[in-house]
Amino acid sequence: MSARRNILNKLRAGLAGTTPRPDDFDEGLVTRPWQYAPEDRITRLRSLMEAVHTEIHQLTCAEWPAKVQELLEHRGLKNLLYAPGTDHGQTLSEHWQQSNAAPELLAYDRPIEEWKEELFWQVDASVTGTVGGIAATGSLVLWPDRHEPRLMSLLPPLHIALLKASEVEDNLYGMMQKQNWSAGLPTNLLLVSGPSKTADIEQVLAYGAHGPKELVVLILEDA
Amino acid sequence: MSQRIPVKELTDSFRGRAVGALVDDQLRTNFRVAMDSLMQKRADAFPDEEEREGLRELGNHIKARALSQLPDLLEQLEAKLTENGIKVHWAETTEEANRIVHSIIEAKKGSQVVKGKSMVSEEMEMNDYLAERNIECLESDMGEYIVQLDGEKPSHIIMPAIHKNRFQVSKLFHDKLGVDETEDVNELIQIGRRTLRQKFLEADVGVSGVNFAIAETGTLLLVENEGNGRMSTTAPPVHIAVTGIEKVVENLRDVVPLLSLLTRSALGQPITTYVNMISGPRKPDELDGPEEVHLVLLDNGRSGAFADAQLRQTLNCIRCGACMNHCPVYTRVGGHTYGEVYPGPIGKIITPHMVGLHKVPDHPSASSLCGACGEVCPVKIPIPEMLQRLRQENVKSPAEQPKVKDGGAKYSRKERAIWRFWARLNTSPVFYRLFLWGATRFGKLAPKNVGPWTENHSAPVPARRSLHDLAKAHLNQGDQR
Repeated sequence: MSARRNILNKLRAGLAGTTPRPDDFDEGLVTRPWQYAPEDRITRLRSLMEAVHTEIHQLTCAEWPAKVQELLEHRGLKNLLYAPGTDHGQTLSEHWQQSNAAPELLAYDRPIEEWKEELFWQVDASVTGTVGGIAATGSLVLWPDRHEPRLMSLLPPLHIALLKASEVEDNLYGMMQKQNWSAGLPTNLLLVSGPSKTADIEQVLAYGAHGPKELVVLILEDA
Repeated sequence: MSQRIPVKELTDSFRGRAVGALVDDQLRTNFRVAMDSLMQKRADAFPDEEEREGLRELGNHIKARALSQLPDLLEQLEAKLTENGIKVHWAETTEEANRIVHSIIEAKKGSQVVKGKSMVSEEMEMNDYLAERNIECLESDMGEYIVQLDGEKPSHIIMPAIHKNRFQVSKLFHDKLGVDETEDVNELIQIGRRTLRQKFLEADVGVSGVNFAIAETGTLLLVENEGNGRMSTTAPPVHIAVTGIEKVVENLRDVVPLLSLLTRSALGQPITTYVNMISGPRKPDELDGPEEVHLVLLDNGRSGAFADAQLRQTLNCIRCGACMNHCPVYTRVGGHTYGEVYPGPIGKIITPHMVGLHKVPDHPSASSLCGACGEVCPVKIPIPEMLQRLRQENVKSPAEQPKVKDGGAKYSRKERAIWRFWARLNTSPVFYRLFLWGATRFGKLAPKNVGPWTENHSAPVPARRSLHDLAKAHLNQGDQR
């Protein structure tokens, strides 16, 4: 613990006789330039996310499970990772049973250690929910929990995310305030603003560096 | 046609490496193209000057406020992280930090480590330290991976492999990984993806840096585009984050403007693909995520910079790299010329505190003081002012007690004596006229070799008539007309 004491002592000596600077945070600087009419929020989010190769569809709550099926079948994918403990996971599995969909449904219902290799190499796609979207930066907010673990949105080459149109906020500051983030955060809160990408070679943009190669956002207009 | 000089072989001084870099056409083209593009991207990301300047001012105030209560915030951060289940470690030196990281890995009997991009781990030379102890520590950021594979160090803090083009990467992958050569950047990235995914799967420990550590909530925030940061911090059973003590901010809301400044200044992006906010290890009922999360807080000279109110501003830095993207010196000599972890303008003002001015005596003077770095800095660090201050510290005599580690590295009694003579000459009219009289008559005796000046220029020869003399003659002519 001597390192801790030494560092803190040195820092305190440097501050001797001074007082902390006042908190003059002006929230207008991070909100005023990033405000949109309600009907423009989705347009803004769409244009930013599409600019970084995100595929976006606007549809209704009744339509989305069939759209997921279509997205998978169109690509010829063989399986789909889902969260059985969530409402949307339930809806999806009901649709799958009724429609006799071909791709296999894989439930993320056991600890990663039990099927790590399979999760890393064998899963083609996943569906997760979001807790909202941010118009200013074109971002999704993911709040992983025990039902919908963190790696669901990272390992599969195709990630399909559900976004309720009513949960799109103007900007990050507004989102933080509305959901009262400072009162309690999950173990891993994520903002996702497109498929994984890199420009590390000659600044040429390439998608699918380590995370999903494709991100599809289904905006649920009546939710 | 100049010969390509591999950067890694140039191990002498800044000056020697600069000469080598300047004749390397490939290197200069790679940097020129990249920096032009990064400057344009930043400019496009800040179309509204008023908005930009307001945000920079706010960013500066947030960092200054955090530094003005740094010890308290570090304690608060530690308490909050501990409450969240993250273990906090403190290290004064890079050696101590390496020991801590090693002991955590050893306790888990780990042999494979994957690392997300972390400049602090570069400061620690963690890869080498662990390799010597038979632990593989693999870089997972594409650029860092390329650089590591070639036995090099990053040449840019955001774009580590910016000095290489696709052909060089293709050849490297072919030589080291045994894959076919390809000029397709997408294919090159997919080779990296496949190779590294297996490593993420096998790794015992993931190491990452931290962009902002939030005291209020006990949260570590990381930004990235690739997903390697999320992989490194989520897939292995243990996650170790390493960061400098200056990365703490007071509140969650403070990161809103800083995040915007960071990604727009660095890459011209409104936000990175991923913003990864870690506030704890896996909970008992969760199905993935590391079971252990550690944070190592490293000093490594930062408290030395902190001790001086002016130099403390160096610690405002949020590591966006905009200063190097806009630096005419960096663009021409490249990142490796600096010979240390942090290149460019920020490297010139932070490195002396870490390694001492004896090791980097040319750092403060390798600048034209054009001011571009200070103009673009998102947290308004007056970099040119810092450079001038370091120049002063660099030539102080031991009696003048330099304020920077190994200050006085360039102190020279001869130079000091010459300046004293110069000052005396210009403050004493009698002495001045006497000297002028001598200089105009015995100019041929002037030294033919005046240091670095005569390496590239002919030596100055005093005129036979002084300006005073000529002016006097001119005025007399006017009187006669």
